[in-house]
Amino acid sequence: MARALNQQVAPLPFGRKLSDWAATFIAASCVVLVLAPLLAIFGYLLYKGFGALNFDFLTKTPAPPGEIGGGMANAIAGSVLILGLASAIGVPVGIGSGIYLSEYGRGSRFGNLIRFTSDVLNGVPSIIIGITAYALVVLTRGHFSALAGGVALGIMMIPTITRTTEEMLLLVPHSLREAAYGLGVSKWRTTVSVTLRTATSGVITGCMLAFARIAGETAPLLFTVFGNTYWNWNLDQPTAALPLQIFSYAISPYDDWHRQAWAGALILIILIVFSVAAVRIAVSRGTLGSVQ
Amino acid sequence: MGVGITVENLNAWFGKHHALHDVSMIADANKCTAIIGPSGCGKSTFIRCLNRMHEVIPEARATGSVRVGEVDIYNGTSAVQVRRRVGMVFQRPNPFPSMTVFDNVAAGLKLNGIAPGKKELEELVERALRGAALWDEVKDTMKKKSGASLSGGQQQRLCIARTMAVEPEVVLMDEPCSALDPISTGKIEELIFQLKEKFTIVIVTHNMQQAARVAEFTGFFLMGRLIEFDRTEKVFTKPSDKRTEDYITGRFG
Repeated sequence: MARALNQQVAPLPFGRKLSDWAATFIAASCVVLVLAPLLAIFGYLLYKGFGALNFDFLTKTPAPPGEIGGGMANAIAGSVLILGLASAIGVPVGIGSGIYLSEYGRGSRFGNLIRFTSDVLNGVPSIIIGITAYALVVLTRGHFSALAGGVALGIMMIPTITRTTEEMLLLVPHSLREAAYGLGVSKWRTTVSVTLRTATSGVITGCMLAFARIAGETAPLLFTVFGNTYWNWNLDQPTAALPLQIFSYAISPYDDWHRQAWAGALILIILIVFSVAAVRIAVSRGTLGSVQ
Repeated sequence: MGVGITVENLNAWFGKHHALHDVSMIADANKCTAIIGPSGCGKSTFIRCLNRMHEVIPEARATGSVRVGEVDIYNGTSAVQVRRRVGMVFQRPNPFPSMTVFDNVAAGLKLNGIAPGKKELEELVERALRGAALWDEVKDTMKKKSGASLSGGQQQRLCIARTMAVEPEVVLMDEPCSALDPISTGKIEELIFQLKEKFTIVIVTHNMQQAARVAEFTGFFLMGRLIEFDRTEKVFTKPSDKRTEDYITGRFG
């Protein structure tokens, strides 16, 4: 030991320095590769869409075809409504089934079945989920509605939230559950107030991932909310939605509508970024330390 | 006040593995009973049977009779009720990381829905923290800092405070000092002497000096069987079984 302390530390051989440098370089390049498309998309959207953004765009309904002006206020409101509805369906069901998989159905046949079904559901193309909502809600109610769109998007949120909730709850050490049991706390109360609470930030991340994924979905909205050029706050009526409006404006023959489609896309991205950031900040203020 | 525990013909299994064979013993009220033995001999399994924590593990089960005071905990009571009377301190400190130090101590009361008014709760938490010799170290920061921000020894005393706050009659300790340094260990041992006034204590330990220091009674386990159970001095000075003597003198284990 004494000899080791006195020994001169030999400089690293060149080969090892080189491989260290190469690994750092490769990792850094990957970061650039990931960030470049994101920045490019955002930059291009700003470049194309910012010019068409104005007060009218945010407050008015679409102008009749051929006329200049108008806006997407009703589509923005419609999207907020549909996304809120989808989250109201997807978040509780997803977290609930995640809790079941991690805390109650571990290793049981029924639990495995749910896990498998959830993974399959995750791979179902969104247009097929749209058709399902069409059959379940639109056909039975007799008309297109915001509700049908909310159901379609809500279903799409469930598998992502289920699996991330399950994984995050499994990360919580078993010893914390035992600590609560040792105090005479019931299993259900332990799950909610200790396990889920410890995993809060991870579970929220799952919810946000699911939210961001569905926020831009267009296909399932085509035959569920249908679109609307007027204001609508009735959940049972056809409603405008940003992705739909962008889609129909982008394939229109009018230059003004093309510019508005860009602005709509910019607003959609901003809407997603802001809601994700707002939830993150709210949660990080409310929690002390937790897994992840 | 503590109550005594009477164990009769306790058997425990993990799936098909028979972990405890016909264990019978009595832990006196307001005394400390130590459980010693080599790793894997069933010590932890044994004390986890005393508050029905054993059955938390999938496929684990136990038969026999364990009476806490007059109540047979395997007959006619729920595990939740048992654990309110029989608290537990674990090998590794396990404070709730998402709660403040204060909330950790209050957790048992709050989560059981028996939290008193705000002022009374503050008094209870203070009493528990003082009882666990942690009050002076955390009183200024206990409502801001997470339970996980404390040092290992402090965390373990926090866990003891958390257990005391629900006022159980028995406290089970599963190698409470094995993850701690000697100074923290000393503090916990001092604590055990004071805790005996209020609770009955059953402690599992790998450290035979510790058993000799804190416990009035000692049980020696080997291969899932209780080999010897007697007054601590007797077990350590004149053990009646050859295997106990071999273990204590360091010939195996």
